[in-house]
Amino acid sequence: MQVGYFTERPYRWLPEEEILKNGGFFAVSNKLYDREKAADDYHYYLDENCYAEELGFDAVALNEHHGNPICMGSVMNVEAAVLAYRTKRVRLVLIGNPLPVIKHPLRMAEELAEIDLISRGRLVTGWVRGAGSEQFFNNANPAYNREMFNEAHDFIVQAWTRPGPWRYEGKHFHYRHVNPWALPYQKPHPPMWIPGTLSPETVQWCAEHRYPYIGLGTPLVPTCDLWDFYADEAAKHGYQAGPENFGYMIATALAETEEKAQTIAEGFVYGGGQNAFSAPQYTMPPGYNSKAAIRILAKQQTSAWLGISGEKVREQMHGPDAGALDYAEIRRKLHAALLRGQQNMQVIVGTPQTVIPKIKTIMSVLRIGIFVILSIQGPVADDDRRTSMRLFAHDVIPALKAHAKEIGLLDPFERAPGSVKLAPGAKRAPVVDREWLKELGLK
Amino acid sequence: MTTPTENNVRAAGAEIAVIRGGTGKPLLILHDELGYPGWLSWNERLAQERALVIPLQPGFGRTERIDWIRSYRDLAGLYSQIIRELGAAPIDVIGFSAGGFIAAEMAAADPRIFSRMLLVAPMGIKPVDGEILDIFAVTVRNHLLATVADPANTPEFMEVFGARMTPEQFEAFEDARSETARLGWEPFMHNPSLPYLLRGVQIPTLLMWGTRDRIVPRGCIDAYRAALEGAQVALLEGAGHRPEMENPAEFDRVVRKFLAA
Repeated sequence: MQVGYFTERPYRWLPEEEILKNGGFFAVSNKLYDREKAADDYHYYLDENCYAEELGFDAVALNEHHGNPICMGSVMNVEAAVLAYRTKRVRLVLIGNPLPVIKHPLRMAEELAEIDLISRGRLVTGWVRGAGSEQFFNNANPAYNREMFNEAHDFIVQAWTRPGPWRYEGKHFHYRHVNPWALPYQKPHPPMWIPGTLSPETVQWCAEHRYPYIGLGTPLVPTCDLWDFYADEAAKHGYQAGPENFGYMIATALAETEEKAQTIAEGFVYGGGQNAFSAPQYTMPPGYNSKAAIRILAKQQTSAWLGISGEKVREQMHGPDAGALDYAEIRRKLHAALLRGQQNMQVIVGTPQTVIPKIKTIMSVLRIGIFVILSIQGPVADDDRRTSMRLFAHDVIPALKAHAKEIGLLDPFERAPGSVKLAPGAKRAPVVDREWLKELGLK
Repeated sequence: MTTPTENNVRAAGAEIAVIRGGTGKPLLILHDELGYPGWLSWNERLAQERALVIPLQPGFGRTERIDWIRSYRDLAGLYSQIIRELGAAPIDVIGFSAGGFIAAEMAAADPRIFSRMLLVAPMGIKPVDGEILDIFAVTVRNHLLATVADPANTPEFMEVFGARMTPEQFEAFEDARSETARLGWEPFMHNPSLPYLLRGVQIPTLLMWGTRDRIVPRGCIDAYRAALEGAQVALLEGAGHRPEMENPAEFDRVVRKFLAA
């Protein structure tokens, strides 16, 4: 079992009203950016990741977003390079580089190879398509998003494994001279873990490539469905999927007392939380979602499936709900959403004693080999953040590791994903345990 | 009443769904970036004396997407091939918005393809002043609403688009917007070389623009005028981006006059 630490590195100095007024984090004007405070926080977050290593986490995970105060990681490879040099043991998990919006896979191959070399082989490199808003920020044609994702990935793997120089003429990328003089330390290349919010196309792609898939705080029931889908696809490719193929990240806040934990957990819904990542017009740029996904979305306007809330689709189709700018009312709704999230096991809040059984249940349901906590969002003080990390590392991680051992959750380093062969036509073994869902009252 | 038909035309290695209605000399209609909205009153009026031919753009749902088409120039090339293969040139054309862009690309590549060219609020050339609305950065609903100056007081618009959007409509709009992004994301809904290639084109051309257009600025009309010497301009006072819906009588009068000249 790999246990990872992850924070979005929230910009903590933005009045909440600015986000609410803007209808989301993306596109809040950077006239509100405080350079001194940002400099302090870059140092703080790098130190925090080093502290995670000190506390015994197996991995620290980084991500990047663009033009968005929800996440200060605009160029994650810069932070990864610093951590590669500063840390000694932890794996550096990038979840992930948004290939279609960076639009330069050769440069990406070089940057990541350097990070892997500096860290002497501790890089785990993941890829994402980039959020809807990032197609706008980077002027990346959303209608070619998945094509560019696939092509960039295939190119990078080649750039790392095929001796150069060679020439590349693809559909979206073209290089005259591919011969990078920075190759990854790990052979043939670093492992890849792919984060996602349940897009079936991505799950299918992961199963095909035998890459572990990490559900980003996705609701448990559809996550089970997608694990089954992954395993069915894996069977078509001749292998039995197992815990080594699955990871899960969940918002987690701990404190010495239940009351304090509840207070800091409010940070998860600050400004609307993850659901307010971007306003509807930036969330679903044309062509970004597949035709199949659009069909499902249009019909299931009440569902949060595929990581896009029903509210966003409804607004896309019919306009915003009236009276959206009553701040007190919005905050009341957000608080209610936080409580609901805890009931639905989408947010884990409490003391080590109350948190351990919840996470053990999630592990039992989803049978994951990788577990990552999403640290507190919003303007939460350094001390509270570090206390939460410390309590998790000292009191929770040992219990989770013991549980993983007990129920046989192997991670991708203990058993290579895709290494358990399955004969053609043979029935695959279950990959989830839905019995536990009943206990949680989830169907 | 005309009953328009929909048939597939196979030509130039493609299969395109085409709406036809009316009798008389053929008139090619190139719909806009949101797709064919159905047979409207202006179609009905014009169909009394012209045979309307309305190809449904590949990728917009009814015609399959064609993978090699990656720009408006590519699409214009395909349409031109089809017209040549069918022996339909020269033909009169009306192009709406992005449909105007397609027509202009066709004219630039082959000035003999059209006998008359009417461009209604055409995209395709970077405006000399102002910006084309970023239709990709607004919701489909707001995009639709921006196409007319006064939605609530545009009866035909309300008739076609006024009801609560159905899942099928949403999907059709997403198809249209996706394909439009595929072709026109960057440079945004224009082709920097188009004005240079339009130089010397002698096709009698009318540029129509509603004075309250919120999608295409007046600067596009001025840019086309600079590129196409001799092009005439018809302003429709108070109309937005869909003068054919917002003032069908005046639209019909201007179109007939131009086509009969």
